[in-house]
Amino acid sequence: MSGRTAVIALPYLWLLLFFVIPFVIVLKISFSETQIAMPPYQPLLQWAGERLADIRLNVNFGNFLYLFEDRLYLLALVNSLQVATVSTLLALLIGYPLAYAIARSDPRWRGILLMLVILPFWTSFLLRVYAWIGILKNNGLLNNFLLWLGVIDQPIVMLQTDFATYLGIVYCYLPFMVMPLYANLEKMDVTLLEAAEDLGCRPLRAFASITLPLSLPGVVAGCMLVFIPAVGEYVIPALLGPSDSLMIGKVLWTEFFNNRDWPVASAVAIVLLLILVAPIMYFQRAQGRESGGRR
Amino acid sequence: MASSSALESAGPGRPWNDPAAEPYIRIERVSKSFADFVAVDDVSLNIYRSELFCLLGGSGCGKTTLLRMLAGFEEPSSGKIFIDGLDMSGIPPYERPVNMMFQSYALFPHMTVDQNVGFGLQMENRSRSEIADRVAHMLKLVRLSEFGKRKPDQLSGGQRQRVALARALIKQPKLLLLDEPLGALDRKLREHTQFELVNLQEDLGVTFVVVTHDQEEAMTLSSRIGVMDHGKIVQVGTPQEIYESPRSRFVAEFVGSVNLFAGQLTASEPDRLRITCPELEQPVHVDVDESSVAAPLTALWVAIRPEKIQLSVQPPQAAANWTRGLVKEIAYQGNLSVLLIRLPSGKTVRVTRPNVWRHEEESITWEQEVYLHWHASSPLVVSA
Amino acid sequence: MNGKRSLVRLSFLVFGFAFLYIPILSLVFYSFNKSRLVTVWGGFSTEWYGRLFENTQILDAAWLSLRIAAINATGATILGTLAGLALARFGRFRGRTLFAGMITAPLVMPEVITGLSLLLLFVASEHAFGWPEGRGVSTITIAHITLTLSYVAVIVQSRLSSLDVSLEEAAMDLGARPAKVFLLITLPIISPALVSGWLLAFTISLDDLVIASFVSGPGSSTLPMVIFSKVRLGVSPDINALATIMVSLVTLGVLIAGFVMLHRDRARQRDMQLALGSD
Repeated sequence: MSGRTAVIALPYLWLLLFFVIPFVIVLKISFSETQIAMPPYQPLLQWAGERLADIRLNVNFGNFLYLFEDRLYLLALVNSLQVATVSTLLALLIGYPLAYAIARSDPRWRGILLMLVILPFWTSFLLRVYAWIGILKNNGLLNNFLLWLGVIDQPIVMLQTDFATYLGIVYCYLPFMVMPLYANLEKMDVTLLEAAEDLGCRPLRAFASITLPLSLPGVVAGCMLVFIPAVGEYVIPALLGPSDSLMIGKVLWTEFFNNRDWPVASAVAIVLLLILVAPIMYFQRAQGRESGGRR
Repeated sequence: MASSSALESAGPGRPWNDPAAEPYIRIERVSKSFADFVAVDDVSLNIYRSELFCLLGGSGCGKTTLLRMLAGFEEPSSGKIFIDGLDMSGIPPYERPVNMMFQSYALFPHMTVDQNVGFGLQMENRSRSEIADRVAHMLKLVRLSEFGKRKPDQLSGGQRQRVALARALIKQPKLLLLDEPLGALDRKLREHTQFELVNLQEDLGVTFVVVTHDQEEAMTLSSRIGVMDHGKIVQVGTPQEIYESPRSRFVAEFVGSVNLFAGQLTASEPDRLRITCPELEQPVHVDVDESSVAAPLTALWVAIRPEKIQLSVQPPQAAANWTRGLVKEIAYQGNLSVLLIRLPSGKTVRVTRPNVWRHEEESITWEQEVYLHWHASSPLVVSA
Repeated sequence: MNGKRSLVRLSFLVFGFAFLYIPILSLVFYSFNKSRLVTVWGGFSTEWYGRLFENTQILDAAWLSLRIAAINATGATILGTLAGLALARFGRFRGRTLFAGMITAPLVMPEVITGLSLLLLFVASEHAFGWPEGRGVSTITIAHITLTLSYVAVIVQSRLSSLDVSLEEAAMDLGARPAKVFLLITLPIISPALVSGWLLAFTISLDDLVIASFVSGPGSSTLPMVIFSKVRLGVSPDINALATIMVSLVTLGVLIAGFVMLHRDRARQRDMQLALGSD
């Protein structure tokens, strides 16, 4: 059936061309040497003579070696993973109670409450990060409020700290944590909880032994949706984090835009991708299971 | 048919007829309303130790709400519930000596059969070895010893039902509640499981309260049945009482099928009622005993069960209790045949005949004129 | 006992929504501040709105972003619908695993990687084939379609898999060819999903900073790029004004959508009651 082939082929070719091939190019460039030209890298294959045997392969592991020699990159990687982990846990800590409360509220209200969670997502991401600058500044909203309360007698430095980065990531990615958790908790069979209570289980223990384990797939999906993009996050650490903060996304950006070292930037991208490949595959398998139904 | 004197005796198996017997569960004037809807309306009921009591009714009649109030998932809006003499008001489900088998079974999908069955004991913080022993014993009782390590989704429907039963019984509750216990099983399995359930109940001596919409199931299982309608209990009695002596038109129609004829009382004698029904050609004479009449006798209904009507080709010689009709439909169902017979008044009457012989000789066929007749003890007189 | 539980739930809700909304409300509040120091209240003023509408750099960037977002959303909806249809209805086909992977991966891929890789593609392609000549609107649009078609595909796929296949089978049984079935049966039923897919693609494109920064060229600065360069230098009240306008537009849109849905629901309920009543 030709119609069927066209339906598949159009998006398929588009994604091959603009999603897969670019990665191949990134991989290729990560093995090339920098040169001052446009494009600023040397070709991987060079024709030195006229015969096929004269093809010279300019494979250069220098970019990767450079990444491992300079402690800066390693630190940036470790730091990114740490920031993403802490932020993900914080998002879970705030997102789970919220998702739980929505899923257990009156069905007439659930749609509206859920809408309220997604609504900020429709407004500009950049502006939401910007809002926190006004709140966290030395003479910002939060410091003024704490001073007024008398909790502190001089402003605390909150902007341009790791704390601000965590806060920004949690704030921006919270809907991605709440949505899968809500979907999971909402479809949970409440008679299971009744059964547990009927068998002598107190509500808190019923939560720990029934609700929590059954919501684990939602927890995993939510954490993946926050963790994976957070590792490579650029905007939030750039605006809220310390100016010398080492986040891998920021390093890649600087390498590319400021140092114009495309091969090293590519190598950073490849390393980042290699680190994220396992969680991305895991996420995809989980997605496939969800949409494919159980067994 | 049991005689009326047997129904009234207060033998050891019939504590409800003994005024001195102490009820095990006392439901006192319990009502429950949700917003503007009254689900249970002023219900009072006594259930005795080791009974298998069925709450029977259609969907929305309030039977499940009553069950959930016994379990503690709902608090009565008014009235009280006593179990073994203890007032249950304000006692949460996890502190009640009551366990429930859910309609969906509500087996914990992330736990094995062993863990599911042992859950209740684990909540009591019993020792691991005690839990293991009692789980093993319980699984043996429901013939699932080999399945302890399986997860619920690796079991068949019947096996899941038995796991749910084992889980609910392991704490040796004073009262076991069963919500449509056989509803999810197919027909063959259901019949088999009915007997199994009754045997288990008799062996363990636990008091069962079963909710069901299936009258056949209620008949087979119960010691007594409470028929519910619109939040009220309309009749309580043994299966036989409910079937043979329904006290209202609703009960007569809900339990089994019945032919109903509107009638007028013409004469009331000490042991016989004479009634005329416009839809029947001959008057109806009803033998009166206390179990067959429970109606204000002006506007009444005569109810006759399909299996209690006999057919003949020749007109009967009696002065009452028969009528003429034309066979319109015959549905052969194997063990019996159902005939729909149109009376001259236009009323259609349902008659069942057991198929005693493999090849009926003088069989009645379509469009044949037949005579319907019944014994004077068969009809019931019920209120509208 | 029940009261205590609902109190706990209520406090979760209050805390969660306060966290989500206080920053946004503070943006709106200080957009009406006379003082230049964004967080010191200097009296009510709409001065910054006036300043915003005099700022041609922001206005030009906003217009560019809106154009890109609209083209992107339309392209992504077409490609994403095809992809969602293929995933939900075509069962197994050769390369399906790779296809499904290419659909879900962009959803979580860090933007810096996507942006870098697309830029390198454009540079290499210009080097080799002379296309695209320089970078600007077209390269940003292509990059955004690549990113957002996945979102549309996921929405369409989930809508289709919850749709009863027998509807389509019935149409085929009555003699409709597959293309007809799609146009007459499937498309009308999933149209709400297409609308939300389009809106999502539009918003993501309007919002994107990182990918656009990689693949844009000189003279094609999108709104987020302009905002970012301003915000890096510190808070500025006209950005608050801009934020307030965006928040108002989104809220208005959501309210209208909610109203329309409520209205449709009511109408359907009324029809159902009429239908049942006439029985």
